[in-house]
Amino acid sequence: MKHTLVARVQDQPGVLNRVSSLFRRRAFNIESLTVGGSESPEFSRMTIVVDTARAPVHIVAANLRKLVPVVEVCDVTDLPTVTRDLALIRVRCGPGARSEISDLVSIFRGRLVDVGPESVIVEVTGDQEKVDGLVELLKPRGILEMVRTGKVAMVRGISASNGNGNGHQDTASQGE
Amino acid sequence: MILTGAQILWECLVREGVDTVFGYPGGAILPAYDAMLEFPVRHVLVRHEQGAAHMADGYARASGKVGVAIATSGPGATNLTTGIATAMLDSVPTVFITGQVSSKVLGTDAFQETDVTGITLPITKHNALVTDVEDVARCVREAFAIARNGRPGPVLVDICKDAQQAQTEFEWPEKLDLPGLMKTRAPRAADLQHALELIAKAERPLILAGHGVLESGAGEALRAFVDKTQIPVALTLLGLGGFPPSHPLCLGMMGMHGEAYVNSAIQRADLLLAFGMRFDDRVTGNLKTYAPHSKKIHVEIDPSELGKNVKVDVQINADLRATLEALVPVVAPKRHEAWVAEIAAGRAETRSRDILHQDHGGKLYAAHVINDLWEATGGNAVVVTDVGQHQMWEAQYYRHEKPRTLITSGGLGTMGFALPAAIGAKIARPEAEVWVMAGDGGFQMTSCEMATLRQENLDIKIAVVNNGYLGMVRQWQEFFYDKRYAATPMLSPDFVMLAAAYGIAGHRVTKRAEIAPAVQAARASGQPALFDFRVEKEESVYPMVPAGADLHAMIRRPGKTEEEVSA
Repeated sequence: MKHTLVARVQDQPGVLNRVSSLFRRRAFNIESLTVGGSESPEFSRMTIVVDTARAPVHIVAANLRKLVPVVEVCDVTDLPTVTRDLALIRVRCGPGARSEISDLVSIFRGRLVDVGPESVIVEVTGDQEKVDGLVELLKPRGILEMVRTGKVAMVRGISASNGNGNGHQDTASQGE
Repeated sequence: MILTGAQILWECLVREGVDTVFGYPGGAILPAYDAMLEFPVRHVLVRHEQGAAHMADGYARASGKVGVAIATSGPGATNLTTGIATAMLDSVPTVFITGQVSSKVLGTDAFQETDVTGITLPITKHNALVTDVEDVARCVREAFAIARNGRPGPVLVDICKDAQQAQTEFEWPEKLDLPGLMKTRAPRAADLQHALELIAKAERPLILAGHGVLESGAGEALRAFVDKTQIPVALTLLGLGGFPPSHPLCLGMMGMHGEAYVNSAIQRADLLLAFGMRFDDRVTGNLKTYAPHSKKIHVEIDPSELGKNVKVDVQINADLRATLEALVPVVAPKRHEAWVAEIAAGRAETRSRDILHQDHGGKLYAAHVINDLWEATGGNAVVVTDVGQHQMWEAQYYRHEKPRTLITSGGLGTMGFALPAAIGAKIARPEAEVWVMAGDGGFQMTSCEMATLRQENLDIKIAVVNNGYLGMVRQWQEFFYDKRYAATPMLSPDFVMLAAAYGIAGHRVTKRAEIAPAVQAARASGQPALFDFRVEKEESVYPMVPAGADLHAMIRRPGKTEEEVSA
C-alpha cells in the first residue's frame, strides 16, 4: 500500500541526503519525494509517497522523525488533503494540430506554455489521476519528453495556526 | 574572548564535562592538537584509531558519560568507523571529532581527504561538517546534546583545518536550536491502564529486560516491580547487570545462547513485558514462531523499535524508569507459583547438562576459567569481552550483579573490541577491577593497544581464552558445514612473550587448579597481567538456537537426564 507522509525539516545542507540515505539503508521504497520551501525560511517541507509493503508506515515515519533535522512527520494518507502534481509535457504537434491540443488540454485546465515548429509544451497541474488522464490522452500523439514534480500534499480545512502547519499531531512520535 | 576554532573545540569539550579523550594526531587535526596543551584534558594516545573509538565507547559504557575520540582526516577517520558503528548498534553516547582538509580544497581529492560525513551518515545518530569557525561551538554543543538525547548514540563532528585555525569571538551557545530533537514523553495513562489489565490477567508472565534498563537507570525500579508482581526476568546480552542473578526470579540470558529453560519460558509465556530491548534476531530466532501464546507489552524510548520485529499489544514510547516508577505504586501484588516452579524444573535439568557439573577428565574448559575468575573476583570485576565463544561463555558463567559491569559488543559483534574498550572503562572507573576477556583471534585484532595500556600505566588484567581456533566460526562449521574447518584453525604468537614485549607480565595456564592461584597473585600485584588460558580446542557453546530457527529448537549439550539428576 502507498502512504503519503508530509515532513517538516530544517532547511540545511544535506537534509535530502539524510532522508534518501535512510530510505536506502532501511530498504524503504520511495514512490516519489518532493522537497521545497515552506511558510518559514528555516524549514522546508517534504512530501514523500512510500510503498509500505516492506515496513509499516509508522516505522517509516518514526525513522524519519529520528533524523535530527526532521522536526515533524505526518501521515496524511487517510486525511482529507489537497494533493497536486505538476507536469510539463512536450507533445509532437505540427501547426495544424495546435488548436486541437489546446482544446484538449484546456479540459484539464492545463495550457500550452511553449510552441515550437513541431511540438508544444503542455503544463498541467492537478491530482495524480488527473495528470495521468491527460498523459494517456496525449500519448497517441507522441510524448517527446515529460517531467513531473511528484506529489505535494496539504491537509484540508485546518488552520495552520496551531504551530505545526499541518493542523494535527506528529505521527511519528506517537509510537503507533 | 577571541579564540581559534581549535581553542573553541577544547573550551566546549571542557564545558561539556570532558576530562579524557582518546586519539591519534595527524595533519588535518594538528591545530586542535596544538591547542589541546592549554586545556585540562587527558589525551590517551592509541596505536590505531579503531582503538580510540572503542576506548571512547568503553569509557561511556562504564561511566554513563559521553566518550570522546579524536582523529585526523582520511585514514584516521576511516579507521574510526568500525568503532562508530559498534557504538551505533549498541546505543552508546559518544562524540567523534575528526580533522578535515581545508574548506578551500574540499571536494578536490586533496591529500588525506575523504567524505567522512558521507561515510559515517548511516552509522551515526547525526554528524556535521564544519567549514566555518563560527559554527564550531554550536556543532560541538549540539553533538553532545544529540549523543545523550533519548536513545543515545554516536555523533561525529568533522572540522576543516582552516576552521580550526581561524579566529572568532567565542560565545558559549546557552540555548540549543534543535527543534527536531526527540522529546521523551511521559507514559500515557491509557497505555499504563491497558498494561495493568494485561498484567492482572496473566498467569505466565515474563519480563524481557534489555540495555534500556541500564541506559535509563531503571535497575531499582525494575527490582521493585518484580518484587511486587513476582514476574520472572530474562535478560538480553546487553541487559546483563540490569537485574541481579542472585535474585530468585532472575533467569539469566535469553536468545541464541540463552539457557534452554529461559527460551522455553519465553515460548510458553502468556505475557511478555519487554523493557528496553528491541527483539533483535539473536533473541527471537524465527519471528513466525516466536512466543506464540503471549500478549506483549513493549516499553521503549525509540518509537522506531515499536512494532518493528514483533507485533505488540501495548506500546509505551517512554523512558523505562519513568514507566516503571509509574507502574510500581499501582500494580497489584501477585504470585505465580506454578509458573515459577515450572521454570525452576527446567533450570535443574539445564544444570545437569552444564560442563561444570560433568566429568571433564582433567581438561581445561573455558567455563572453568570464567567460573573460577568469577569466584576469584567476587563477581565484582568489570569484564570487557571480545566477540565469539568466550563472550557467550562469559555471559553464561560470570554472574553480573551490578549494572555496567559487563561491557560487550552486542549488536555489531565487533572482534577486537575488548582490549581498547577495557582501557576506556578503566580510565572512566580507575577504582574498578577491570578484566579483558578475549579469544585468541579477536585479541590479535587490536593487541597493539597493550602499548597504550602500558603507556597509560593501567592496572588491567587480560584473559585470553585460547583454543587455537576462531572458535565461534569453527562451531558453526561443526554444526552447519559438516566440520569443514575453512580458515578457522589459527596460529597465534606466544602471548606470554608478546605481553612481555609490552612490559606486561604473562602467565600460561593449562590446568584448572592453576587458575585461582595465578589470578590471585596477579590481582595482588597491582600491575597489569595477561593470562594465556589454553582451553579445550573443539568445545562448543551450548545451548544454541541456529540462526533463524525456532527459539525452542535448541541444540543441547548431551547430558544426564532429569531422572539421573534427581536420583
